[in-house]
Amino acid sequence: MSSSKPKGPLDGVRVLDLSRVWAGPHCTRILADLGAEVIHISGRRLVGRREVTRETAKVLGTYPDNEPGERHWNRNVLNNDMGRNKLDITLELDTERGVELLKRLVKISDIVIENYSPRVMPKLGIDYPVLSAINPKIIFCSMPGYGPEGPFQHFVSYGTTIDPHSGLASRMGYPGEEPHMSGNAYPDPASGMFATGAIMTALFARNRTGKGQFISLAQAESGAALTGEASLGYQLSGVVPPRIGNGHVRKSPHGAYPSKGEDKWIAISVGSDAQWSNFRDVIDNPDWAADERFSTLEGRLEHQAEVDRHVAEWTRDKDAYAVMRSLQTAGIAAGVVVNADELMNDEHLNERDFFWKFDHPEAGFQTHAGQPIRLSETPARHYRPAPTLGQHHPYVLGELLGLSAEEIDDLEEAEIIGYVPLVRER
Amino acid sequence: MATVSKPGNGALAELTVLDLSHYVAGAYCGKLMAAFGAEVIKIEAPGVGDGARRVGPFPDGTTDPETSALYLYLNTGKKGLTLDLASDDGAAILQKLVAQADVLIENFAPSVMKSMGLDYATLNSINPRLVMASISNFGQSGPYRDYRADTMVEMALSGQMYVNGDPDREPLSSTGYQPSYQAALYAYSGIMAALLARDRDGTGQYVDISIQEAMASEHQFTLNGFTASGKIRMRSGNRYGSVHPTTILTCKAGEDGKPGLVSLGISDPTQYVLFLQLLDMSKLIDDPRFANPQMCAVNYREFDALISPWFMEHTAEEIVHALQDNRIPAAFVNEVSDVLDDPQYEFRGFWKEIYHPVAGTGRYAGLPYHLSEAPPVYERANLLGEHTDEILAGKLGYDGERLAKLREGGVI
Repeated sequence: MSSSKPKGPLDGVRVLDLSRVWAGPHCTRILADLGAEVIHISGRRLVGRREVTRETAKVLGTYPDNEPGERHWNRNVLNNDMGRNKLDITLELDTERGVELLKRLVKISDIVIENYSPRVMPKLGIDYPVLSAINPKIIFCSMPGYGPEGPFQHFVSYGTTIDPHSGLASRMGYPGEEPHMSGNAYPDPASGMFATGAIMTALFARNRTGKGQFISLAQAESGAALTGEASLGYQLSGVVPPRIGNGHVRKSPHGAYPSKGEDKWIAISVGSDAQWSNFRDVIDNPDWAADERFSTLEGRLEHQAEVDRHVAEWTRDKDAYAVMRSLQTAGIAAGVVVNADELMNDEHLNERDFFWKFDHPEAGFQTHAGQPIRLSETPARHYRPAPTLGQHHPYVLGELLGLSAEEIDDLEEAEIIGYVPLVRER
Repeated sequence: MATVSKPGNGALAELTVLDLSHYVAGAYCGKLMAAFGAEVIKIEAPGVGDGARRVGPFPDGTTDPETSALYLYLNTGKKGLTLDLASDDGAAILQKLVAQADVLIENFAPSVMKSMGLDYATLNSINPRLVMASISNFGQSGPYRDYRADTMVEMALSGQMYVNGDPDREPLSSTGYQPSYQAALYAYSGIMAALLARDRDGTGQYVDISIQEAMASEHQFTLNGFTASGKIRMRSGNRYGSVHPTTILTCKAGEDGKPGLVSLGISDPTQYVLFLQLLDMSKLIDDPRFANPQMCAVNYREFDALISPWFMEHTAEEIVHALQDNRIPAAFVNEVSDVLDDPQYEFRGFWKEIYHPVAGTGRYAGLPYHLSEAPPVYERANLLGEHTDEILAGKLGYDGERLAKLREGGVI
């Protein structure tokens, strides 16, 4: 199986991935891109609903050509993005045989990662003390929303609720208004990034000590770590940072200005006095820009609304890309506020071959974000499209655990493994 | 004092890291390595130092290079060395330090290291085991390579900004440094991957991290909706678009002075039914406009108007606990100052009390994870040039006379 893979930095590292949704899968996607053998393990009640109608598919927009197909769970592009380079098996962990198989896999693996609520793994009898007794080298990363201890440990959470709780959302918002949620559940991938670093740190330590360890990650704390300069700044200055839209306390003009076309915007950031002078040249030194009140940063900040209005008048009928190029040529930070289409067709990202294309047996050709970790000697690679549900039962249960074809059939008969989602009973 | 010095301890204790960072991306990456015991040498320009020293916020609003919150937070646990890398002597000293180092982190504009004769090819010939990480706005190649950017411009060009905000107003960036932080986390993992490869292969390598790519890889619905069906994800205001109520709602103000805001994260039908039961509004499920979270997202205005009276009768404290007791996702809406008093963060010991001789004692955000066998160490940020003599004497054997000469020449 691994012979078809190029040599990655994590070659030979085996990961049992019990994680779901985004934070955990984002982490294991990186590990897989870097060469680890990631075995995604799911209970079939958690895979998703049994039926997806064409109407629902159209609303979600995440099935190729809005067509859910006969096996929609294999065509969902969200799963297929997160699942690239990974292997997949199903295992019902609320059964004795399911748990026994998982424990046998733990014996021959390096990492276990899960983001269940903290009561689940102990209840299933597969928490860290149990698994480390089976394999003391195992690195076990647990990443529930609020961490596995404390008064809110059982809180049900998502990236969307952790965003405001952690203080992150307080750093986004229109001037004077309430905190604004990320439109993108940002705390999910951000937490996945911390988990990735923590796991690699534990691998590095294990190379020296021969011992695994337990990583307890609280997604809620990720958001607070990523605003640590603001919480410390509050303590030093006594000022709670206000919401200022796209404004900036040391730059002006600084904002997203309308440009030619529907819902097209150009972000412009003018910092130093030299940049302001260059900016005036680019916009052909109109009379308003010569106004004494705007000649200093302090003046421009004081008359921010007026400055913004003038800049918007200049950008309104211009192509956002043309504005970006002319300002960047003059040494001024500016960028098109790109939508999904423009992002995927961005000339710079494509020049760097950022996007990866996969030919999935059930979803066809799909383009996904590549791997930002670029290593000169042991590069991240895309070597396998996302697995279909249960695709790797023969390799994982047969080759790795030595089960016979009859034994695997028997597991399917007993509904311990399978190839279609199960309806949730609750 | 919660800070305990453990020299020689920690998962990365054997590593020496040269941290040529300024502002956020490189600095946070170096800070993480220092937290696990690496000897991280922060190299700053003599007299001036890292630009983060001029950003603040500062105590009493008074600018002081030793009390900028941005610098203090991002450089915990580092040793301070001043070195004029643009001078021949400074570059030569750096090359000597590279010979003894494991990792070098820098986040200059892409042409800068080469202009100082310190590009990877040169440093690799001095020390083939060196892992060098460069973090830049757009990476080391491509047409935008030399473009300038800040947080907002990175949010814009990575596709993150377009989906934040109201559909009928301008898109929103966030204030702060999220793109740089994410790039720092990719750089940290890239360095660790390179060190693991070095354990196996014996040689170092070059790590190229683009801030734009870091943020462009953190989409789920945006890019996937487009590749699957050509759907362009739009801004949806202070809610999650496809399911409702995943949003921030106004509620009764608390007696503790907290504003009346609460976060809901209801996305699956089971939670939705429980939520309606709790509000005694189960009959809404029979109305096709509110039959499930997806339909509710389409008709969110009418829905919010219907549930608003209940929210105005209860405080955030009451609502969060009532909902969570029923396994319905809800959370507080906190300012960064509120999180300092949050009981969950307190319980896990997230805030670390750190003393700094100029800035005094502060409670610093820790790391969001605990490693059972390799607990992180939290120590204060370095003063500008604090360890210059110690490092040059200890590592390169420079005597007092030589140091004085370098100081006189403005090299250190």
